[in-house]
Amino acid sequence: MIRIRITFSKQGALRYTSHLDLHSLWERSARRANLPLAYSQGFHPQPKIQLAAALALGFTSQAELVDLWLEDDESWQLDSLKEKFQTALPEGIKISQVQEVELRGPPLQTQVHTAEYEVTLLDEIPASLLDEKIATLLAAESILRERRKRRKNKRYTTKKPTFDLRPLILEITPLPAEGENLRLFMRLTAREGATGRPDDVLSEMGIPIEAARVTRTNLVYE
Amino acid sequence: MLTPEQIEAHLERVLLTVQKPGRYVGGEYNAVHKNWDEIQTKVAFVFPDIYDLGVSNVGLKILYDQINQRDDALAERAFLPWLDFEEVMREHEIPLYALESKHPLADFDIIGFTIPYETLYTNVLNTLDLSMIPLKSADRGPEHPLIIAGGHTFSNPEPMWPFIDAYVVGEGEEVIHDIVDVVQQHKATLRGSTTAEAISSSKEETAHPEGHTSQKDARRGLLLALAQIPGVYIPSLYEAHYMDDDTIAEVAPLAPEAPKVIMKRLVAKLPPPPTDFIVPNIKIVHNRVTVEVMRGCTRGCRFCHAGFATRPVRERSVDEVLEAAEKALASTGYEEVSFLSLSSSDYTGISELVQRVNERFSDKTIGVSLPSLRIESVSVDLMEGLKRSRATGFTLAPEAATERMRRIINKFITDEQLLDVSRDIFKRGWTTIKLYFMIGHPSETLEDVQAIVDLAHKVLDEGKRITGGRAKVNLSVGTFVPKPQTSFQWVAVDTLEQINAKQDLLKQKLRRGINLSWTQPEDTFLEAFLSRGDRRLSDVVYTAWKNGAKFDAWGDQRQYHIWMEAFAEHGIDPDFYTHRQRRVDEIFPWDHISTAVNKKFIFRDYQQSLEGEIRVDCREQCFACGILPIFNNLRHENPGKGWMCPEVKRKPKPKKEIPVLN
Repeated sequence: MIRIRITFSKQGALRYTSHLDLHSLWERSARRANLPLAYSQGFHPQPKIQLAAALALGFTSQAELVDLWLEDDESWQLDSLKEKFQTALPEGIKISQVQEVELRGPPLQTQVHTAEYEVTLLDEIPASLLDEKIATLLAAESILRERRKRRKNKRYTTKKPTFDLRPLILEITPLPAEGENLRLFMRLTAREGATGRPDDVLSEMGIPIEAARVTRTNLVYE
Repeated sequence: MLTPEQIEAHLERVLLTVQKPGRYVGGEYNAVHKNWDEIQTKVAFVFPDIYDLGVSNVGLKILYDQINQRDDALAERAFLPWLDFEEVMREHEIPLYALESKHPLADFDIIGFTIPYETLYTNVLNTLDLSMIPLKSADRGPEHPLIIAGGHTFSNPEPMWPFIDAYVVGEGEEVIHDIVDVVQQHKATLRGSTTAEAISSSKEETAHPEGHTSQKDARRGLLLALAQIPGVYIPSLYEAHYMDDDTIAEVAPLAPEAPKVIMKRLVAKLPPPPTDFIVPNIKIVHNRVTVEVMRGCTRGCRFCHAGFATRPVRERSVDEVLEAAEKALASTGYEEVSFLSLSSSDYTGISELVQRVNERFSDKTIGVSLPSLRIESVSVDLMEGLKRSRATGFTLAPEAATERMRRIINKFITDEQLLDVSRDIFKRGWTTIKLYFMIGHPSETLEDVQAIVDLAHKVLDEGKRITGGRAKVNLSVGTFVPKPQTSFQWVAVDTLEQINAKQDLLKQKLRRGINLSWTQPEDTFLEAFLSRGDRRLSDVVYTAWKNGAKFDAWGDQRQYHIWMEAFAEHGIDPDFYTHRQRRVDEIFPWDHISTAVNKKFIFRDYQQSLEGEIRVDCREQCFACGILPIFNNLRHENPGKGWMCPEVKRKPKPKKEIPVLN
């Protein structure tokens, strides 16, 4: 068995494919590429595929990560894997890098700790106002927000649980504008149980998510 | 109309405000993208419900494949938006667009609806409305796409007559090419091209292409040309005449080009099945490879619309099926393949197929499903052979629970057979059996319904005995709707009182451990009048849509009161269509549409059902239903085991020439 790590971009129509659906997408693409996925043991064998830090629906990315376990047989080689895989992927997923990683290393999800984003604002807003909003956010000691409801039917009998967004923000800086559109850079934590979401940050700045184009540019792992 | 670029710009701003935006963006593996500007004829195929349901429709896949094989045509797909996105589209005036190129549907030459069931009718109107295309054929001109439809509702297209330009009667694989050819020829003549030959009388009219009348005439010229394709019904070329009691006197052609009776089209040999299935990027219903192993059924169940509409039985060889499955699995990466037919057990090569499937796919963690297995032990062997997870349960469909009822519907099994097979299923490790019955068969009484309860209890008892108490029975009881072109087309639908009494009995008498599901009477009635209606029902369909009826197949969306109000507004009594036992000599609204099974045969079969007389499987004995006399030349050209009908040894005499185009 060999564990490989693929770095890929997710663009176009694929930005509307969820984390869970992306899992099936890799599984089916591997089969289309005729690659020997390694399966888990047991009654319902599942292919071993791990995706890092879920990307919110609608965001594009230049640097997503997936770990796949393949049987170490004659049917494939690491050098040609990228080309072989790419032809079996839908438009919108482009592989930039394939590397072998340590077979028994920790799960990919626990290796990733930081994510970087570039945000383009689609509605006009004065640059000074944006700077001000950033400064206010960064100056805050804590930013309490209500947690998203996990399930539709879940009712909270007491107060809705909150979380502090501030420690999840590592950096926010303006980027050079693209024509009329202002842009920003964000570095947020992406650890399990402590994931900063760009839509939360934008919402805190009073910018609805439909008015922004968000691209993840980097996932940093150990 | 917006350009594709404008539509995409809109989408970026609005899609994140709706549920499951992945439905609206395309970009799937195996979707076909052709160069719009270089292709002569553009066809958009529409399944008039949401993406999640429509994308796996097999008919749509076949037609998409057929058209995209042509160099001079392209096919794209469109589905209806869910309520939230519909609202956004209307607010921003985004027209309904095709997923591949994002061109509005109005930019296409042909829009082809697949309408497998009647509760999609209001959705068809909504699709046209969202596409900003006039709903009625009479209001459309050459500047609009040609609106065609097909699918099992072809048995009675009359309730949709004003909306559809051309309804395909029968199977679409060949006729879709004829339609594209005629549209191309017609366009060529309109352009005054010297290479094109005249079709009907449209030449003179092209002299004034700007005038309103000549525009109308140009569209009429196209429809007259299409009417001459066998299997194409142009509703606007017919007029319905009624008797004093509101039944049909005649549906008569208004033009010599329109045939008196539209005979269904069929393909003599099933063409190679599509294999490059589109693989959605989001989770949908039935995300798997489907390979049709045979079409038609020889069992002759009298209630079964498909059994009448899809005759004769034509099989694919095991080699062809396996090869297609293998190709499709490789092309899609799917983990499941389903072998499609009306009755898997009756496929000649079924054992060989299962055995070879196991040999080929056993190590590949590929799931295999076989729908519609008969109630016999061989079915249990087959399922066991497929190593299907026993967690999924085992479905048996006896349809009726007394010998009398089973004789009437011509689906004859004994209680003992059912119990034997049930025991076998439980013994081999399944713990759940799903039983499918129907209430509302002709002449059914409460005793017949009580028998369903008793039989379900017996199955559960056997299961508990064998599994040590873990057995479960899921009992699904549908309500029968007598469908056009079947032996029960004369029969009335149960009244609300009858249905309530029968469903109450089921709900009250069933013990714990049996999970009952049933059909809401409103759904039954809706299906009944939509499938059994005449041309006057089209006003009701239109009004119901206008007042907000849509997604009628969705139990939680269907608004029955809108339909009742629409009936009242037009002074039509729905009971006329649903609860009226029809006269034996009645001319039906659909009598000018022929499935090639002749009415005399169907009537005889109905009479036999009243006598409780069984007809055996027609592979054992040909009952001369009408298929063979009408398609004897096709059978003669395709001898051997591909068809289940007897062979035609002598060369059939040439029939009256069907007018040939060109």
